[in-house]
Amino acid sequence: MPAATETIDTVQSLTQSGYKWGFETDIEMDIAPKGLTADTVRMISAKKEEPEWLLDWRLAAFAAWEAMVEPNWAKVGYPKIDYQDIHYYAAPKRPAPKSLDDVDPELLAMYEKLGIPLKERAALAGVEGAGMEGVIGSGNPNIAIDAVFDSVSVATTFRETLAKSGVIFCPISEAVREHPELVRKYLGTVVPVSDNYFAALNSAVFTDGSFVYIPKGVRCPMELSTYFRINAKNSGQFERTLIIADDGAQVSYLEGCTAPMRDENQLHAAVVELVAFDDAQIKYSTVQNWYPGDANGRGGIYNFVTKRAACRGARSKVSWTQVETGSAITWKYPSCVLQGEGSVGEFYSVAVTNNRQQADTGTKMIHIGKNTRSTIVSKGISAGRSDNTYRGLVRILPKASGARNHTQCDSLLIGDQCGAHTVPYIESRNPTAKVEHEATTSKIADDQLFYCRSRGLSEEDAVGLIVNGFCKEVLKELPMEFAVEAQKLLAVSLEGSVG
Amino acid sequence: MLSVNNLAARIDEKEILRGISLDVPAGQVHAIMGPNGSGKSTLGYVLAGHEGYEVTGGSVTFGGADLLAMEPEERAAAGLFLAFQAPLELPGVNNANFLRTALNAVRRARGEAELDAVGFLRLARTESKRLHMPDDMLKRNVNVGFSGGEKKRNEVLQMAILRPKLAVLDETDSGLDIDALRIVADGVNALRSPEFSALVITHHQRLLDHLVPDRVHVLSRGRIVRSGGPELARELEANGYAGVVADAA
Repeated sequence: MPAATETIDTVQSLTQSGYKWGFETDIEMDIAPKGLTADTVRMISAKKEEPEWLLDWRLAAFAAWEAMVEPNWAKVGYPKIDYQDIHYYAAPKRPAPKSLDDVDPELLAMYEKLGIPLKERAALAGVEGAGMEGVIGSGNPNIAIDAVFDSVSVATTFRETLAKSGVIFCPISEAVREHPELVRKYLGTVVPVSDNYFAALNSAVFTDGSFVYIPKGVRCPMELSTYFRINAKNSGQFERTLIIADDGAQVSYLEGCTAPMRDENQLHAAVVELVAFDDAQIKYSTVQNWYPGDANGRGGIYNFVTKRAACRGARSKVSWTQVETGSAITWKYPSCVLQGEGSVGEFYSVAVTNNRQQADTGTKMIHIGKNTRSTIVSKGISAGRSDNTYRGLVRILPKASGARNHTQCDSLLIGDQCGAHTVPYIESRNPTAKVEHEATTSKIADDQLFYCRSRGLSEEDAVGLIVNGFCKEVLKELPMEFAVEAQKLLAVSLEGSVG
Repeated sequence: MLSVNNLAARIDEKEILRGISLDVPAGQVHAIMGPNGSGKSTLGYVLAGHEGYEVTGGSVTFGGADLLAMEPEERAAAGLFLAFQAPLELPGVNNANFLRTALNAVRRARGEAELDAVGFLRLARTESKRLHMPDDMLKRNVNVGFSGGEKKRNEVLQMAILRPKLAVLDETDSGLDIDALRIVADGVNALRSPEFSALVITHHQRLLDHLVPDRVHVLSRGRIVRSGGPELARELEANGYAGVVADAA
């Protein structure tokens, strides 16, 4: 049997058994009936005890959504989603905990199992979670975590420490109550309610997510992280994240996600909005590890996400780094609107697809201001029968004199039944702008694998080395603590598959 | 150490090895010579376990074990090393990292403790110095942008670090100038011991001046047509293969 075929078999066997985060947690839940109407929206808003303005905002989004059609331009295929067959609200029954000590022990145990420490451990306890590879933030004591379980945030750590420097880090539902002026001022200003089908849906029914505000001149003293977990059956997760970095502020934020293994597909439609003012810097990293479905493409998460950053201030900078290994379907284009003069947008992406996974992902860099700069580095790895598409837009508007973009797009194929596609859109309406696009496609040769194996490396080790070498430029952009875990996650997703 | 019995192999229905028998006792260096297309490189690949070749007959024991039943990485762990004629490039893979991962995989399989980064670098630096290699070769990506000579020396460095019991050198001398040739020969000679054997595949007598073999075998059309002492190599150098190959035909 040719090595490539065997390699694919290895990958399949590994990925089927390899999803270690697929367990279910048995916990008493408060679940809304299936279906979506204006009343569902009212029910969610009432559960969250939201002010009138937010309900109106949601209802407007719902009306917009009803008038829209699901987009079909992405290179992904899936059976029609029945939006009336989904639970739009699922939360643990126990009342919201007042402090970490009140969190349901079942939940704490689950997060412990996932390697997410929800106790504020002393720095010395940092060894905890060793061996929990592939999970973000394992045992790292210098990270504040917001844990979102199905529809609600169940715990947020280190809030007091952060509050000392004026940083607000809390569930967005709480921010609506405690900081309504901030939420009202920024919510939906980067991704308007009617931006696209899934963003409109999210705006109507979002249940929780994280809210971050970094005041002027403050450099956030620790990494912030949100860990999303889908647990309830037939439910959708619609989280909303809003991060605001005021003048000169800096923050590094990381999100991770996992879900149980189930035969049914589940919908995850999130919206993330970032706002950066003068000289502010936001680094947003994602390690996306939603359940990808089994080898035959049964089950898995539909990950339809809208992420956008508004670089409103001069010299502001937003950097998106994503490592995408999970989900049955990924539809996601973290973007930057470069409005402030000299603002900078970066997008570093590794997208791995295996078995029947489909990913259509990339970025949009909209250059509005003078001397704005953007960098795009995309690494796509396809194995099995998967399809991996990079779709990117670089748009230079007439006033963006001196704008620059560099795009590098590399694809790595494993086996001969997968697909890699690169779809760049470049629109330049300013003659002084400079836009560069480079793309390569390569395949891991059987002989490269044999060479490694003849040196004593297992096929898995060989693939891990080659894939990590391929992704190096992106992985180095991750916060250091996470880079190692991301590397291991890549190895788990692809063991034995490079050639 | 290595015992090859009537080994036959083919690639894509084409018979390449047609019954090779060969014994390499521990501590000995044997040379395999022969014209192009006689099956020399195929022998190396089959011994290392390349899946493109199908073994159609015969057997090979290595240190008493059935070599043909092992995966390529198990052969490496058992102490077999193939220095490639055309070493593969691994873009993005750091040479030192590659070597350390390989060494530790082999050590694990042998039940030895793994080397940490510091211990490994000490070993790698010592060996690369001995082979007169620039330090930066460890920092570069495996064989990427290496000259032909650098690739061959990198193979010898890997061999020195992995410490095999049997090294198969597939035309490691081709494309080397005389200085590089000496460095490569010295690298192999440094490993010579009662526990180390080598099978040196070469076209030329040149390498064998520096790396004196115990036995020389001439391969032609997939068979060993003649074996002898080191003097056989000199005879081939003087008279060419025509006589030997014709004798056998």
